[in-house]
Amino acid sequence: MYLRGKDVLGLENMTPEEIKLILETAGPMKDIIRRDIKKVPTLRGKCVVTLFYEPSTRTRSSFELAGKYMGADVVNISTSTSSVVKGESLRDTVLTLQAMGVDIIIVRHPAEGAAQYIARSVKAGVINGGDGTHEHPTQALLDMFTIRQYKGSLAGKKVVIVGDILHSRVARSNIWGLNKFGADVHVVGPGTLLPPDMGKMGVTVHHRMEEALEGADVVNILRIQLERQQKGLFPTSREYARLFGINQQRLSYAKPDVLIMHPGPMNRGLEIAPDVAYDERSAIEEQVTNGVAVRMALLYLLSGGGNIEISN
Amino acid sequence: MKLVIRGGWIIDPAQQINKKADILLAEGKIAAIGEGLSAADAQVIDATGKYVVPGLIDMHVHLRDPGLEAKEDIYTGTRAAAMGGFTSVACMPNTRPVIDNISGIGYVQNRAQSAGAVNVYPIGAITKGSEGKELAEIGDMVQAGAVAVSDDGKPVSNAQVMRLAFEYAKMFDIPVIAHSEDLYLAEGGQMHEGYVSTVLGLKGIPAAAEEVMIARDCLLAEYTGGRLHVAHVSTAGAVEIIRRAKARGVKVTAEVTPHHLTLTDEAVRGFDTNTKVNPPLRGTADIAALIAGLKDGTIDSIATDHAPHAFEEKDVEYRYAPFGISGLETAVPLVLQALVHSGEMKLEEVVAAMTLQPARILGLDKGTLETGKDADVTILDPAFEHTLDPQRFVSKGKNSPYGGRQVKGRVVATIVAGEVVMQEGRLLK
Repeated sequence: MYLRGKDVLGLENMTPEEIKLILETAGPMKDIIRRDIKKVPTLRGKCVVTLFYEPSTRTRSSFELAGKYMGADVVNISTSTSSVVKGESLRDTVLTLQAMGVDIIIVRHPAEGAAQYIARSVKAGVINGGDGTHEHPTQALLDMFTIRQYKGSLAGKKVVIVGDILHSRVARSNIWGLNKFGADVHVVGPGTLLPPDMGKMGVTVHHRMEEALEGADVVNILRIQLERQQKGLFPTSREYARLFGINQQRLSYAKPDVLIMHPGPMNRGLEIAPDVAYDERSAIEEQVTNGVAVRMALLYLLSGGGNIEISN
Repeated sequence: MKLVIRGGWIIDPAQQINKKADILLAEGKIAAIGEGLSAADAQVIDATGKYVVPGLIDMHVHLRDPGLEAKEDIYTGTRAAAMGGFTSVACMPNTRPVIDNISGIGYVQNRAQSAGAVNVYPIGAITKGSEGKELAEIGDMVQAGAVAVSDDGKPVSNAQVMRLAFEYAKMFDIPVIAHSEDLYLAEGGQMHEGYVSTVLGLKGIPAAAEEVMIARDCLLAEYTGGRLHVAHVSTAGAVEIIRRAKARGVKVTAEVTPHHLTLTDEAVRGFDTNTKVNPPLRGTADIAALIAGLKDGTIDSIATDHAPHAFEEKDVEYRYAPFGISGLETAVPLVLQALVHSGEMKLEEVVAAMTLQPARILGLDKGTLETGKDADVTILDPAFEHTLDPQRFVSKGKNSPYGGRQVKGRVVATIVAGEVVMQEGRLLK
């Protein structure tokens, strides 16, 4: 089996079979990361560009390492060093990269739909590394991979996404992906940080943490950006932490073996108490490792690879 | 110069004419409607199987001239109007500079006279520079020929300034055309706020952003006795507010655009920047309410809000694209599809909303085929099937979300003051 298109733009329009293929391909990739010599020649001769219009350490380096472990040449471009500051259009920028022979473009951009716009403009494969508040498919894929790792499957698992759902591309991609595998998805946050008609996406909406966390298998805690407070979307950090911060007391409403996740970077003491972040049930560091594996799988599959026969 | 249009079906809502007849145009005026009309050395147009209606009037276009000629100018914009069947357009003052004084009005009139293909009626700004602070020289502009005032593109956010505008414009019996948008509620918005904006992650513009301003302006018009015309009504709530205001006797009129009658926020999926328009494409319930509003007279007229943009301005990420749809050359088939072919309204009702009603609102002595009036005539073929192709627009603005849409109905000829300016898709001027 292969992916249907040349791009990975979001999980909304990806089939469950494609997602399954990616998650199953990521398994053997993770073994490579654990090796002493982390290098395979699979993508030798391929060129991957990370084109980042927003600051990022985690996602960009995760993609860069994924490409390098697979043997590809990786070039990193960020806004401050590219012609973007000179006012070049996004289309012209990606056409230039394509003319240099780039095979896969990974883009992060503050504008929703930017990855789709690029994908329409070039023949190269495009991976959405996060477009505005629309989608962040690779984060959701690594979250799903992590849940499967700890919980065996996604079907029937109660997954609670906490925080600023309104501005979260991570939440949107997770909701699409988790629902395709039969998870029971809940979101919780202040009314000002929940977009309208969320329920139609197939989630249960809550405003009270205790109610949302009741019997949860997984809690995925989103980062709260401090500029949201400045826009008046919640009164103070103090009140946010008091009403929606995850602490041990709140966590006691969830199942005893609840899996704790956070896409990072964390604001410890705001959306997550430090003792929750470092709790033995926390998979936050494992998510980072899995992120590299999932991205290796995507680069492999977008370079024309099919499913890997797992022999043993 | 004489012209006979033979064998067509004549619809003139002002005279309640709806019959097969010939029409004779002479010396730029309507000379006669009757059977078997002919005149020596008259040019003849055979309109058999077609509808002959008063020249369409678009009371809301952006000709972008002066200053924004990369988007459109008076030469191309009036020819786009002719292609779309419009014999008269009223153009908004949000040019560069803003048309907020007598010389700006004069510029538009002079350019229209020398380069235009259809009648152009300038609308002056409500406030200097459309900044919403101090009233512009409305008296001067009206005397020079402005038919209304509007800060279109922006609301007059300050209620006191809007109140003064109603009181002042009332002296000249012109409407104050409101672009109704609460800028705080709409801040940063890219599309209608609802399920689709939730999915796409695009910041929403709630229906309430439009409705609170329409409600405010209805109250101010009621208080002052001024005339309010609400531009581009797009929500069910707005229709209801206007309906109630009319029932109370408030002097309010309203228009709706073809795109708000034919597309919903679902069209934004895929992030086509040609779907980005302000007010945004709303929901199916809103479309139903807009049609109901047209049917019961709450909404008086249909206007395109023709908002052309240059290719490079729209060829960007959704968030960075300007708002607006190039609408002149698709209005007739879209309106026929949404209202007539769908069985919602009769053709004569739709014709009234595109001729008689805008003429009444703007105080133009047009919009009818009455003998002695200006010979502005449009010939329609409601049955002609074709596919819309924005790349073939005469307008500089190809920014239309309707490329590839199969439609039924087109404009066969556009006649301005007895002169054929467009026939069978060819411009003759």
